[in-house]
Amino acid sequence: MNNVKFLTGGQLPFCKGCGHVAVAQNTEKALQKLDFNPLDVVLVTDIGCHGIVDKNFLTHNVHGLHGRSSALAAGISAGLSNPNKKVIVFTGDGGATIGMQHLVGGAHLGFDMTVVVHNNMLYGMTGGQPSEFTPCGFKTPTLPEGSTKSGYDICELMLAAGAAYVERVVGIGDFSDSLARAFSTKGFSLVEVMEICTSYGVKSNPGMKLPKLVEEAGWKVKVFTEAKQRLFQTPQNSNPTSLLSEKLEVEPKYSGAISKPVSIMLSGSAGEGVQLAAEFLARAAMLSGLYATKKGSYPVTVGVGYSAAEVIISHEPILYTGSPVPDILAITSADGLGYARAAAGRMKGGTLYIDQSLDIPQTGAETVVIPFREKVGAQNSSLYSVFYMVGSQHFFPMEALRDIFMANKISQRVSVDIFMQL
Amino acid sequence: MLCMHPGKTSLAFIDGSRLITESLVRAGADTFIGYPITPANLLYLYATKRYPTMLAAPDEITTLQWMSGFAIAGHVPVTATSFPGYALMLESINMAAMFELPMVIVLVQRLGPATGTATCGAQGDLSLVHGTLSGGYTLPTFSPSNLNDCWDISAKALHTAIRLRTPVVLLTSKEMVMTLQAFDWSHLAEIETLKVKTFSGSDTYIPYKVDESLVPDFMPVSQNNHAVRLTASTHDTKGFLQNSTPEAIENTKRLEAKVTKHLQEYLLFDLDEQAGAQHLVVSYGISAQASREAVRQLRARGEKVSLLVAKTLLPVSRDYVDIANRYERVVVVEENLTGQLRQLLFGAAGRNGLSGVNAIARMISPSEIVDEVMRKF
Repeated sequence: MNNVKFLTGGQLPFCKGCGHVAVAQNTEKALQKLDFNPLDVVLVTDIGCHGIVDKNFLTHNVHGLHGRSSALAAGISAGLSNPNKKVIVFTGDGGATIGMQHLVGGAHLGFDMTVVVHNNMLYGMTGGQPSEFTPCGFKTPTLPEGSTKSGYDICELMLAAGAAYVERVVGIGDFSDSLARAFSTKGFSLVEVMEICTSYGVKSNPGMKLPKLVEEAGWKVKVFTEAKQRLFQTPQNSNPTSLLSEKLEVEPKYSGAISKPVSIMLSGSAGEGVQLAAEFLARAAMLSGLYATKKGSYPVTVGVGYSAAEVIISHEPILYTGSPVPDILAITSADGLGYARAAAGRMKGGTLYIDQSLDIPQTGAETVVIPFREKVGAQNSSLYSVFYMVGSQHFFPMEALRDIFMANKISQRVSVDIFMQL
Repeated sequence: MLCMHPGKTSLAFIDGSRLITESLVRAGADTFIGYPITPANLLYLYATKRYPTMLAAPDEITTLQWMSGFAIAGHVPVTATSFPGYALMLESINMAAMFELPMVIVLVQRLGPATGTATCGAQGDLSLVHGTLSGGYTLPTFSPSNLNDCWDISAKALHTAIRLRTPVVLLTSKEMVMTLQAFDWSHLAEIETLKVKTFSGSDTYIPYKVDESLVPDFMPVSQNNHAVRLTASTHDTKGFLQNSTPEAIENTKRLEAKVTKHLQEYLLFDLDEQAGAQHLVVSYGISAQASREAVRQLRARGEKVSLLVAKTLLPVSRDYVDIANRYERVVVVEENLTGQLRQLLFGAAGRNGLSGVNAIARMISPSEIVDEVMRKF
């Protein structure tokens, strides 16, 4: 134990008789017992009467938002990854109410920190409104008839969430040993200090004694759990490698045969390879010395509904990557037709390739009906449509598309030959 | 190695998310904290591979709180989100600005309001970003207009966050970060890795004391030499919470002053002026490419037209208004309903010869821009 000062020695900024005074003084005593120095400690406070005590602490101090101190402290703890630093949170029952997710998450993940909940069972700073910690029957200025519901048992909640150390104390007298046990625990610890607000709690509940109130509320004053082994380890990617590699480059091998940009839309069903087919088409164009872009369109659902892609291939760099009116449109499923019907209607020329199972939409494009799905199955129908259009439109040699296909692992389970036969 | 084949055209098939991530890390970001949201998914995915530390947060409020905690410990964090996540982050971004913490928030715009359409791009959040900080303070905000900008502007955003000690927004949209494009990356510039400037004096460290730069020196809480005091509420230079003392109010006003004082150091735009032109097209972000294409087509037809692509969006630069005022006709192109940049530049009153090309739920096409420029006004 040392006798290093953690508090400035000035008067603490609380009402006469407020339990927050005892928390500050017991915190100092607990830290002395553990032989800490002030700058070993990062005190994280938030909004509420308890929070303004930070100006009296000689530690590092971070004063954040209402109820978010536990999340802020978790970030500090994880960012420090320093076992010699002690991160302590002061929050109230209001802060614990609005920030419950951070407490549950902190206990669950095991951040190395201690949360001290100043539970005076109401919102003191704003006039004495009930919090989710207000026990049944407890009266406040805005609830003079008394609460009809029970308050959270934060200790049981933290126990269930996996905290390493949890204790509830009545905030009267010396409870520094309890705080010291929490402070010396590796991982997430929480001490709930029961208090009664002298301004609003005492006046609204005359004659009520804190220990009796806690007992009648069913809140056990005890150590709920200790010495659990759950300590958050900040992940370290020891060998992050550049996202830019030559593998992303496509070195031209063939020559393209277009003299103006061509916009191509593929429209089919999710899970039927539309995005992959579009990417193959774009890559094959690049393998032929052309520029290409590929933009996907799909609903928010995964694996259901339409899937569409717009590919532009061009002999010169492409600025605008949209294509409101495609030159070529391939529709391979009913979902795809539903999505692309409007685009087909906008086409005044060009070519529409459409599966033979579908009705022909209104379009000014030349329409070519192909049994894509029947010939190669639904899963490969979009890929087939790409091979088919390249084979008939001659944007670039079929070999380019074949090469791209063969370089992909799909070629190990699907023979390219089924696509090469037009 | 940066350039694969310096001096030689080499086309990569690449999306903006990859360039943004690589650029931010090279510029000095070391931590990514994120909560999944479409269409920022690729930024999250790449973060798992590229950042020295990557954490999955349980929600976006926690994301910003963890980021702030990491920054207080001396790291430079990044996140990527879309409107619904940004909305949850709002109060915490205010906190980080008051703490004066460096971080970058990549905001990938999608169709709103509310959850809108997650897989549809948009440019609907500039007004929101402009109003993020209560009281009219400014978050420096950048918007990449093409893949090259995803490289250059991302680094500038991170450098600005570090140099000014402030959260910075990188405002982009779905098609910029997800569309794959053939991209000549042979000319990408090297990126300098910056670190946060820390206090090196031997006297007492005063957390919010500044020199003429108006940017206070930083000290992480990891050290044991100087007490650090950070406060999200109104505070004096020592970090003590104050009601509204003159010193504390001056300190708060400084948050805006430091951002505007250095604007010329991070004001980036492309200005392609044509002699004799009386028409100016103004755009940013995903609509800039359609604008470039429209200007190309107009000039090919013999029309005279100039183009301004804004990359630093906030603080609103007077330079943009001065440039625009050299033209009789100004057409502002942006993918939102009411013309958010247009209103930021010219206010509700607008000016003579001002109009917009706007759309929602789809990209604006070059032909629409051509038509508007050619329209008799």
